[in-house]
Amino acid sequence: MFAELNELLNASPERPEQGKLTLLRDTKTDGSFLVHHFLSFYLKAGCKVCFVALLQSFSHYNIIAQKLGVSLTAAKERGQLVFLEGLKSCFDVFFGEEQHVGQTNPLQFVSKDGSNLKTMYEFVRTSLMASGSDSWKCPVLLVDDLSVLLSLGVRPVDVLDFIHYCRVAVCSQLKGNIVVLVHSNDDSEDEENELVVNSLCHQSNLILWAEGLATGFCKDVHGQLKIIQKGSSELKAEKNLLRIYQYKIQDKNVTFFARGMSAAVL
Amino acid sequence: MAALATGGATPSDGATSFQRKVPASSRLAAIAGTRPSVRHGQLLLSSGLPSLDCVLGGGLAVGTLLLIEEDKYGIYSNLLFKYFLAEGIVCGHNLFVASAKEDPADILKELPAPLFDDVHKNQVDEKETAIKSKQESQESMKIAWRYQNLPKMEVSPAASARFGHYYDVSKTVSPELLKSIKWHRFFLPEEMSLHPEIKTCNMTCDYTRLLQSIQRIIYQEGFDGSYPQNKAIMERVTNLSDTVVGLESFIGSERETNPLYKDYQGLIHVHQIPRLNSLICDVSGTKDLAFRLKRKQFTIERLHLPPDLSDTVSRSSKQDLAESTKLLSSGCGAMAIGKKHLDF
Repeated sequence: MFAELNELLNASPERPEQGKLTLLRDTKTDGSFLVHHFLSFYLKAGCKVCFVALLQSFSHYNIIAQKLGVSLTAAKERGQLVFLEGLKSCFDVFFGEEQHVGQTNPLQFVSKDGSNLKTMYEFVRTSLMASGSDSWKCPVLLVDDLSVLLSLGVRPVDVLDFIHYCRVAVCSQLKGNIVVLVHSNDDSEDEENELVVNSLCHQSNLILWAEGLATGFCKDVHGQLKIIQKGSSELKAEKNLLRIYQYKIQDKNVTFFARGMSAAVL
Repeated sequence: MAALATGGATPSDGATSFQRKVPASSRLAAIAGTRPSVRHGQLLLSSGLPSLDCVLGGGLAVGTLLLIEEDKYGIYSNLLFKYFLAEGIVCGHNLFVASAKEDPADILKELPAPLFDDVHKNQVDEKETAIKSKQESQESMKIAWRYQNLPKMEVSPAASARFGHYYDVSKTVSPELLKSIKWHRFFLPEEMSLHPEIKTCNMTCDYTRLLQSIQRIIYQEGFDGSYPQNKAIMERVTNLSDTVVGLESFIGSERETNPLYKDYQGLIHVHQIPRLNSLICDVSGTKDLAFRLKRKQFTIERLHLPPDLSDTVSRSSKQDLAESTKLLSSGCGAMAIGKKHLDF
C-alpha cells in the first residue's frame, strides 16, 4: 500500500471503512498500481479478501505484493486470501477434463453461449461467507478487471447484474467492501464498456480515476489521479468532492503531488 | 572449443582453473532462443528484429501478446510478421500461423533466409579464418579473463543458440529448414466454409476468447491488427494485448519526398509495453522512432533531422530545404557559385 495515497484518502489499515464500493478507472494509462495498493492495504488491515484476477497470473501479483510488504502465498495459506486466477481457470474450462458433479468452475460462462455470471457470483459468496473459525475483519471483493468480462462475451447487463448481486451480498449483508477496476476512454466507440463504466460511476462511493497526461508522455509525471468522493448522505444532497493529483510510479512506491509540483520541476 | 584451442595460441588456458560448476544462465534459458530478462526475471523471446527488441526492453516476454498495427499498405507489418516467424524457425520452435487472407503455407514459403556469420565464406578458408579469429579474440580477451569461460556462440544452422538474428530479405528460407519445424495452421476462409452458419458477430467474440486463451499457451503469435476495422473491437484488443506497436510508413504520403525523412522508410510508435512483475516498465525516453530497411538489416533508431546549415534560420518551405541539401551534398567548393549563402 502506498502511504501517500492512504493520507490522501484519509484511510488507515487500522480502521477500514465498511460497505463501500470503490471504482478504479483508467484512461490512456495503466491503473493497475491502484489494484496493488488496495490488495496490500486490505491484507494488512486484516480483512478477508476475495481477489478475482482475470488479467495477470498469480506470480505477477505476488512479486509486486512482496515489494509492498505483503506475501500473497502466506495470506492464501492462512485463509485470508481467496485467489481466482482467471487465466488458469479459463484454460481449464477450455482444455480441462470433465468437471465432477457439484464442482463448477466459476468461469463456466466462457465456454457456454449464455453469459450468465451466476457461477462466479456463487464463488464470491461462498468464499467471503464468514465461517466459524475466522477472525478476519470485513470481507473485501477485488476485481481486476471488469472490462475483460465484456471481451469474453458477457453482455453489459449481466455484468451490472453481477455487481448488483455482489453489492447486496458483500456490502449490505456482510458489511464488506468492493473494489473494481475498469478501463475507459474519453471518446470511446465501445458503447458497452461506456455503459458499464457510467453505471458503476453512479453507484460507487469513491472513484479513483487514473489518466494519462493530456500533453503526452512525461518521464517524471506518469499521470494524473482524480479522486471523487460522493457525498456521504444522499438525503442531504451533498456535493461530490473532487481532488486532482499527479503521480509518479517508482519501483516500490508511488508518490503523489499537487499538479505542477513534481520534484523534477521544483 | 577444445579442438580449436590446440591449433591456436593457448596462454590464456593456464590463466585460471576456476570453472563455474553450473553456469547460471543454463537453468533458465533451457528453451532455445530465449534469455531471462534482467528487469523482471521472465524469459524473453526475440521478435526477429534485434533493434525492436531493444525498443521493447530486451525482447518479448514468453506468454505475452504482441499486437502490430499495420501501416497503410501493410508492407512493413507483413515484413515484421515474417521476421517473427523466421525467428521461430531458426530457434526450432513450433509455429502456429493463423491468417485471414493468405494461405499459411504461402506465408511460410516467403520467409526471409537467416544470415549466419560464415555463410558466405569458402569451406577451405573457413576453418583457418575461424581459428584465426578465435586466436585474436583469445588474445584480446586477456584483460577480460573472466569471460573466457563462457561458451562461444555456435552458429550451426540446425539450432542456433543466439538471441536475435539478422535476415536477408532478398532470399527465401530453404525448404529443408521449413520441413524440420512443426507448424499448425488456421485459415479463416477454410473455417468459415466448414461452419457456414456462424455469423461474423460471433466470430469477433470467439476471436477475443481465442486471444485470451492463447495468452496462457506457450507458443507465440504476432497479429497484425487490421482484420476488424471496427474501432470498438480495436480498443478492446489493444487493452487485452500486452505489447502494442504501430507502424506508419511514408509510402504514399507527402513525407516520402520530404528530404527530412530521406533516410527512413517510416515511423514506429510503441503504444504499450507490459509491466510484468513490477509497477514500472522499461519505457524508453524517446518517442520518435523511425525505421530503415536495408537488404540485410531492419534498424529502428531515434528520428533525427539532418542539420540545417543554410543561412536562413527558419525553414520557410520545403523547396528551400531541398535546394540547400543539394548544395551541401555537391561539396563546399561548388557552393559559392549560384546562390549567395555566404557573406564575406
